[in-house]
Amino acid sequence: MIQNNPIGRLIAHFVLILGIVVVAFPIYYTFVASTQTLQEIIRPPLSLLPGGHFWENYSSALFGGVGRIGGVGVDRLLWNTVVMALGIAIGKIIISLLSAYAIVFFRFPGRMFFFWLIFITLMLPVEVRILPTYKVMVDLGLIDTYTGLTLPLMASATATLLFRQFFMTIPGELVEAARVDGAGPWRFFKDILLPLSKTNIAALFVILFIYGWTQYLWPLLMTNRNDMSTIVVGLRKMISFADADTEWHLVMVTCILAILPPILVVVLMQRWFVRGLVETEK
Amino acid sequence: MASSNNVTFPNKLLPYLLLAPQLAITLIFFYWPASQAIYQSVLREDPFGLSTQFVGLGNFRRVISDPNYLNSLQVTIVFSVATTLIAMTIALLLAVMADKVIRGKNIYRTLLIWPYAVAPAIAGMLWLFLFNPSMGTLAYLARSAGYNWDPLLNGNQAMVLVVSAAAWKQISYNFLFFVAGLQSIPKSLIEAAAIDGAGENKRFWTIVFPLLAPTTFFLLVVNTVYAFFDTFGIIHAVTGGGPGKATETLVYKVYNDGFVNLILGDSAAQSVILMIIVIALTAIQFRYVERKVHYG
Amino acid sequence: MTYRITSLSLAFGLVLASSTASFAVTEISWWHAMTGANNEVVETLAKEFNASQGDYKVVPVFKGTYPEALNAGIAAFRAKQAPDILQVFDAGTGVMMGAEGAVKPVADILSMGGSKFDKTLYLPGIVAYYSKPDGTMLSFPYNSSSPILYYNKDAFKKAGLDENNPPKTWTEVWDAAKKIKSSGAASCGFTSTWLTWIQTENYAAWNNLQWGTNENGIAATDVELKINAPTFVKHFQEIADLAKDGTFRYGGRTSEAKQLFTSGECAIFTESSGGLGDVVKSGLNFGTGQLPYEAGAQGAPQNTIPGGASLWVFAGKSDEQYKGVAAFFNFLSKTDIQARLHQVSGYLPVTMAAYEATKKSGFYDKNPAREIPIKQMLGKAPTENSKGVRLVNLPQVRDIENEEFENMLAGKQTAQQALDNAVKRGNAAIKQALGQ
Repeated sequence: MIQNNPIGRLIAHFVLILGIVVVAFPIYYTFVASTQTLQEIIRPPLSLLPGGHFWENYSSALFGGVGRIGGVGVDRLLWNTVVMALGIAIGKIIISLLSAYAIVFFRFPGRMFFFWLIFITLMLPVEVRILPTYKVMVDLGLIDTYTGLTLPLMASATATLLFRQFFMTIPGELVEAARVDGAGPWRFFKDILLPLSKTNIAALFVILFIYGWTQYLWPLLMTNRNDMSTIVVGLRKMISFADADTEWHLVMVTCILAILPPILVVVLMQRWFVRGLVETEK
Repeated sequence: MASSNNVTFPNKLLPYLLLAPQLAITLIFFYWPASQAIYQSVLREDPFGLSTQFVGLGNFRRVISDPNYLNSLQVTIVFSVATTLIAMTIALLLAVMADKVIRGKNIYRTLLIWPYAVAPAIAGMLWLFLFNPSMGTLAYLARSAGYNWDPLLNGNQAMVLVVSAAAWKQISYNFLFFVAGLQSIPKSLIEAAAIDGAGENKRFWTIVFPLLAPTTFFLLVVNTVYAFFDTFGIIHAVTGGGPGKATETLVYKVYNDGFVNLILGDSAAQSVILMIIVIALTAIQFRYVERKVHYG
Repeated sequence: MTYRITSLSLAFGLVLASSTASFAVTEISWWHAMTGANNEVVETLAKEFNASQGDYKVVPVFKGTYPEALNAGIAAFRAKQAPDILQVFDAGTGVMMGAEGAVKPVADILSMGGSKFDKTLYLPGIVAYYSKPDGTMLSFPYNSSSPILYYNKDAFKKAGLDENNPPKTWTEVWDAAKKIKSSGAASCGFTSTWLTWIQTENYAAWNNLQWGTNENGIAATDVELKINAPTFVKHFQEIADLAKDGTFRYGGRTSEAKQLFTSGECAIFTESSGGLGDVVKSGLNFGTGQLPYEAGAQGAPQNTIPGGASLWVFAGKSDEQYKGVAAFFNFLSKTDIQARLHQVSGYLPVTMAAYEATKKSGFYDKNPAREIPIKQMLGKAPTENSKGVRLVNLPQVRDIENEEFENMLAGKQTAQQALDNAVKRGNAAIKQALGQ
């Protein structure tokens, strides 16, 4: 091992803890708010330590608040959200693995053109093209369908760019060796490229799952039935900034509950982050 | 594209088949509606599409002659550079540190990644509750301590606020990919350098950082695009472009004119200009920055 | 045997009933932007209406914030899939009115419901706001509110002010605010939500001042702003002066300042009557009063104008659907429904009957704050300055005003400069929006 430097490690711990304080503080603070009474929340300053209403708030949100979301159970909303998050994550990883593979490991006319064609999709947010996009969705009959919730969001350049970046670091000798062994494109892809990409796929899966999970405007606009809606839309429905009494303490509870599944994904994906093939190579 | 030393497969048809799914989705759900949105930029139309008038480049002319547009451009540059730099530097620092420690590695990683899971809709609300001068607890504490924290009227403080909010959201994202990038650097290389007597600092700059370059380049492009296009929600929630026009970025203007104020033609013209700016910027990044990137 | 026959015919009858039901029930989609407790009210109303009859079924769908809901409605209209009913916020009224072919006037729909539509049953101040220049009511007022004054009784006591006597004019407000600040009763004397809607639009109506030409845009879309007239300048300069030492604190462009009041920092506060719920829940010892007026203004106080949202009906639907919408709106207009909506959610009642019924029930004796906005709107018949404010691009003009106000409060310009700029930029934006 190289790192035999206890002071260096101490500094590392310190920096990480500081980083966590900064990065995770707002979430901690939501948790704090979710354990307070409504009165304490709307009369700042709010205490920096959790209050004593944890059980009260969580049980009333879990068992009393189910009927609040448009006559549709929370389970249905959660299910829709899971379908959407998984669909987008898996679909996008597959199509961008394929397209990045084509762009890096093949030479063909129009390669650069196609790359940029895909790449530009990063650059026009949904809000800007909402009117024509909605029309396309109606024409294709995709309103209120799972296909409509997932398929259009699979087309984005981030994942393709990431895989391209990674594939380009793969040494040419590896491809050469595979070809000498008589491996075709498919075998090379399956036996060498995929295992090598494990870490990046895991990282991307986390990001895309969360991306799908937290989508708000898309499901809001592309579904007109409450039973096709998602948990974030349902959550947003409970929050009101003006002109209404908002049950802030319950909103905070729901915030915490809504981010639990993505956190679970992050935790479960952790074991994928161990060093892959590269490690055994040395 | 910087050509790498990759050996390629000779197939003729296969690459097109591999590209087909992504291209099909992109063409149907992105290019078709986007082309209509761009067509909007040469029209003057009411929101309902009841009366349409072709105005040629009239919308563009008006947008560019607006003195506020230059201000927005300046704001955008400050905002994007600051956001990208801060988000990437902090994330890289944390990723390197997380790679270094042995105990608690997983816990650190989890705690640093999950803020990304906070939906943007919720993130804006959280900022309101922490830093808004009227509602925010931290703002209240700062005021009690005698510091005049008032981003509602102080443009610089407002800029600090939106930059930190935008960077905050992106730190976890960058962290995750830096961690993945660090994972794929062979330990053997670093160990060899250590045996040669290279100090920790030197090892980082001569071995780790160059090997991380493909990831860094990816994040540079993604973060730039993020800062330019994906931050109007945060600005909308945190400052609304104010005070005055101190935090009005180009994309916030596109969003506010089009989505909120329903001035479709102007908004479309602005997004066309914005796209041209960013495509040029990205092309420059690919052309010049990527030269310095060393692949495999 | 007889038993058998009856049960059989009963079963047959049931099948018939249920099959006709599934055949004939017309669905009425209602896209709205109501969140929190108001969202539950929407759900309850739909449920009650659906249970009250068997021909129509109202289906409420949440479509995000007001701008998001409006965009969703427009996108759907352009894709020929518009909902039947769309809730649009006050500032979007001008946009909807501009779209003559896209919407169907509510007055026409209500007369399709069988009974003739009688405008006099509705609160005149609200109806005027949602009517065409010729008086045709275009949309159905669903949630309306109007600005009132709130004050912190504890701070008043501490500062030696009469806690049962809220300031009535702006001069009295400034005096009280200064006294509160200098006595240390609170760290800030006065704040306000919505400087645009309250301190500009309602300020104009309440003091019977012209806000813009063409009856503030009610009579015709072509409007020139008049908010740089001396009275406005004086009012805003007073606010700017108070802001210098923190006697006035700025809370933000919309309702954020509410927290400055509920936290006890600011002792006097103007805000929508709809904000009452949060103030009550904060547990503050507070009192309410009418929106302050300008003592020197001729005819003041006149009347205040509503904010909130109304329900618009899209054109091109079948008669059956319009009948359903009419039935639903008539249901919403019922005295008991309106009275309940008013008392529970704090919206202004839409009909006079609901107001009278609430008054009779003694509700206002216990909740005087709920009656203030109604009295403000009913006091006098609206003049050409006080029917409301309407622009095709009101949200954009409000943005411009906010930017100029912020630069003024930051000390970068005087009230005269701020309002001159707002008028100049606002007028240009209006001209552009009208395609001139």
